[in-house]
Amino acid sequence: MSLHLPPPYRDDAASHPPIDFDGYASTARRYPRQPLVALAQTLTELTGPLLGDGRVQPSDADLTIQHDGEPLGERIIVHGRVIEPDGRPVAGTLVEVWQANSAGRYFHERDQHPAPLDPNFTGLGRCLTDGDGRYRFVTVKPGAYPWTNHHNAWRPAHIHFSVFGRAFAQRLVTQMYFPGDPLFGQDPIFNSVPDPAARRRLVSQFDLESTEPGWALAYRWDIVLRGPDATPQDREPGA
Amino acid sequence: MSRETTPSQTVGPFFTIGLLWEDGPFVVPDGTEGAVRIGGRVLDGAGDPVPDALVETWQADPDGRYDHPDDPRGRPDGFRGFARCTTADDGRWQIVTRKPGPVPAADGGTQAPHLAVSLFARGLLNRLVTRIYFGDEVAANAADPVLGLLDQDRRDTLVAGPVEGGYEIDLRLQGARETAFFRI
Repeated sequence: MSLHLPPPYRDDAASHPPIDFDGYASTARRYPRQPLVALAQTLTELTGPLLGDGRVQPSDADLTIQHDGEPLGERIIVHGRVIEPDGRPVAGTLVEVWQANSAGRYFHERDQHPAPLDPNFTGLGRCLTDGDGRYRFVTVKPGAYPWTNHHNAWRPAHIHFSVFGRAFAQRLVTQMYFPGDPLFGQDPIFNSVPDPAARRRLVSQFDLESTEPGWALAYRWDIVLRGPDATPQDREPGA
Repeated sequence: MSRETTPSQTVGPFFTIGLLWEDGPFVVPDGTEGAVRIGGRVLDGAGDPVPDALVETWQADPDGRYDHPDDPRGRPDGFRGFARCTTADDGRWQIVTRKPGPVPAADGGTQAPHLAVSLFARGLLNRLVTRIYFGDEVAANAADPVLGLLDQDRRDTLVAGPVEGGYEIDLRLQGARETAFFRI
């Protein structure tokens, strides 16, 4: 049987952190010591779960309306597009986010940071990208928080993102940061990305045009997933 | 204009806020005819359980077809093919699914039945990718082109052993019998 497979997704290892990174103590006993084995993508990796139908309510994209009252903190809009390197949108893909509240505390039993929980904030959001790859969340700006990685360690404010794309090879879990954060210099997770230009791609941009006057500031952040190793004409529908 | 890809960052310790689904571990509902349980432990380099890992699986249906428009043989009906399970305090995870069929390989050959696995955890800056094969598919496994990339010891780290009602496999992040992980 001969199969017409879609083209493989291009290697993008240069964008990513190494799996072992001295500055991040938790990697020590968890990173594989054997070299990763190169696997040429097969039908298994070129397909992937297309989730979302029935899994997302419109209200899931607004983290400020999930309880009886409004959460405390600075209300913000976080939006952008999920695209491939050539700008092609990744439409209809599930985007999941989670974050600390405005005081820097997660709604999680293992978070022992002595900052207040907010009864009106869980910190969970979901949406599907539209036909143009766009996503949009309304939330509150997460606070920075201390952790035990090294003396006086603090995480810069961030929002966790999980994106499926349209193939197993495109799966990405990452974190979005805010521009100008003074904590970048001492954060090993942010700095685990070796290429400074790649690091900057984790930082959202303040977006005055998308602010809602009298209501919320806005930040824009595009998520670029691996793209197929192919010329555009190879990718026309029906090709 | 070409744009470079967004870097990965760790899933961190608190991902259950965002990534926990009630039906996550169930590719098929519990009690479905032909359903099997596939599970095991995630262990770190000291052999200790990893209580804050996320295991995601992607697989073909029992006929070896993927629920995806790029499967050139057409989409099966109603088989999600995807599961997501967090590890418990003892490092254990378990999914409920149907065993996949053999899947075509690029060269006209066949891949043995398998699950693709993404493993996320605090301490992992990028996901780890591996596969799970089935211990009762001896002939198919011997001919599988991906298992064929590995020597016998490492090959064995990907093969789940049959147990009552399903299959069992430990994912070892580091050290003795370290699971083989792939770069895709």
